[in-house]
Amino acid sequence: MPPRKPRARVNARINGGAAVADTPSALPGGIPGGLSAEDLSDFYRRMVHCRTIDERIWALNRQGKVPIAASSQGHEAAQLGSLLAAEKDGNCFLFPYYRDLALKFAAGLTAEQVMRSFMGKAGDPYSNGRQFPLQGADLPRNIIQISNVVAAGLTQSVGYAMACKMRGEDTVALVYFGDGASSQGETHEAMNFASVHKLPVVFICENNRYAISVPQRKQMGIEEIASRAAGYGFPGFTIDGMDFIACYEATREAITHARSQGPVLLEMQVERFMSHTTDDDDRRYRPADEVEQARLRDPLITLGNILLEQGIMTQQEIDAVAADALAAVDSATDIADDASPPDVSTLHYMVYSG
Amino acid sequence: MAVKSVIEAVREALREEMQRDPTVFVMGEDVGARGGVFLATQGLVEEFGEDRIIDTPLAEASIMGIALGAAFRGQRAIPEIQFSDFVWPSVNQLIGEAARTCYGTNGAVQVPMTVRIPYGGGIRGGLFHSQNVETHFFHTPGLKVVTPCTPYDAKGLLKSAIRDNNPVVFLEHKKTYRLVRGEVPEGEYTLPIGQADVKRPGSNITVVSYGLTLHYCLEAANEVSAEGIDVEVVDLRTLSPLDKDTILSSVRKTGKLLIAHEDNVTGGIGAEIAALVADEAFEYLDGPIARVCGPDVPTMPFAQTLEDAYIPDTAKITAALRRLSAY
Repeated sequence: MPPRKPRARVNARINGGAAVADTPSALPGGIPGGLSAEDLSDFYRRMVHCRTIDERIWALNRQGKVPIAASSQGHEAAQLGSLLAAEKDGNCFLFPYYRDLALKFAAGLTAEQVMRSFMGKAGDPYSNGRQFPLQGADLPRNIIQISNVVAAGLTQSVGYAMACKMRGEDTVALVYFGDGASSQGETHEAMNFASVHKLPVVFICENNRYAISVPQRKQMGIEEIASRAAGYGFPGFTIDGMDFIACYEATREAITHARSQGPVLLEMQVERFMSHTTDDDDRRYRPADEVEQARLRDPLITLGNILLEQGIMTQQEIDAVAADALAAVDSATDIADDASPPDVSTLHYMVYSG
Repeated sequence: MAVKSVIEAVREALREEMQRDPTVFVMGEDVGARGGVFLATQGLVEEFGEDRIIDTPLAEASIMGIALGAAFRGQRAIPEIQFSDFVWPSVNQLIGEAARTCYGTNGAVQVPMTVRIPYGGGIRGGLFHSQNVETHFFHTPGLKVVTPCTPYDAKGLLKSAIRDNNPVVFLEHKKTYRLVRGEVPEGEYTLPIGQADVKRPGSNITVVSYGLTLHYCLEAANEVSAEGIDVEVVDLRTLSPLDKDTILSSVRKTGKLLIAHEDNVTGGIGAEIAALVADEAFEYLDGPIARVCGPDVPTMPFAQTLEDAYIPDTAKITAALRRLSAY
């Protein structure tokens, strides 16, 4: 699928005022079945909030208030499209990885909870300030991410899916990982075991073609990670990970398949707009214009264009979404900044479960 | 009471817990029709089926990671690592992930997982079928480490481990499996994790040990008793959490301490116990704290002479008791 070009000024602050261009309709057939106008506007709103808080977190790092952050910018269509599929299914359990800020926020946290987590304050919903931001568990929203050792969550998600099957539950596990993690031995072991037992797991690889600085050509001898699924005997698909609707549809189908027939591998080809983390500088290893070109395919702009084109939202409404997000993030920043850190008495708390 | 071997006691505990709780399951290499290489799971696949006694691919990282993920959902997972020497590919999931799950989720996620690991040497296993791995897990907060040395302890502690909501590394010294026999009561009983057991009361010297070495300590104690040396032998049974009270009260009574274990001496459990006693019972000591442990070579070697030279056996422990008694 060719990339969609930006057509509307969605959020001047965010994208620097991309020009409106006359391009063919993004959705010539209208909104796909199973999706409503409300779904699209709801997830557009969530995506804008994710981008806004992501940018703010980066700025707060430069101010010394956030020790470390990994950005989701450029990955939002993959993360939120699959999240929408999981929400519509209603019985999924998510194992994200460290770059899934947008997924974790959009799954239902408040901006304030996210900010408390990134600033290491009490009230961090994932670990109460023990772990890197948004790492640990958010059980009310069916999310576990124990660590940022890449691929460790893959075998765990397979075990979780197996347990659900043992218990007669219909849960499908969605496990997220990057192209870097695809090189780990545990990725192989997880996919192999899931295949043997036909477990309900959707493996979602957010392939941004960089393992920190190491490009895909140095990581693997293949073009498409999805092609590996054939070796395990289950289906694999490569999807334009900048296309929110494509990511939604692929995940929806994958969940249905996983529940009835076993694992699926979805490779969502995304762009990493920012450096690996706030501690990285990608100018040392990426071509100068690569990110600039990638930003032309910004999922935020693409989805905004669809909303305008389909008459779901007006430009005024789109502007209002951006203003609301900014206000929410401003408020969350202030509250989290003033919030107390975890009490030192909690240092020894919960080494063991009582 | 019936006399049973350690391996029979292990199997009985597994069977009883699987009968008692449908969430309990076993996974590992050859645990199904083969019954495990030591026959710990013999007969279980016939009784509980392939969904609860799961033969896995030969891939330890996924055995541990999948068991851990199942535990997240509340299944009581019992992954078996066939030999301790094969645990290393799974160590990220055990030390890296499982041990940090409760702490790293602020208590939200529990890990009801018991990792059964045959360990230790003296069976001509060489470098890759004899390893003592306990110190690595002993060093890791978030894990419990249990090392029974009798059939009675093995059954009661394994049942407690399976019911625990924390990751328990359950180390079974493979030489004790058939060598050590003892009475095991009929019917239900459990033993508390975290409690040492005085296997032999005495008044002159405290010996702290665990696993196969504990039996050598008992033999040594009997030998020196004819010389008027009255040795108290403390079986740790659980390495983590360490039963400090039992160790300290014994040393306060005897004034002398010997620690014996098969694992390497440097940075081992004996070193930690020595530090504990130096910190909290220094004024009670009438002699240096002695250790009889595996030397600092990677593992006990294959050749009989070299294996014998490695093992902290009855003769070495007896000699150390005599040296300590002279103070």
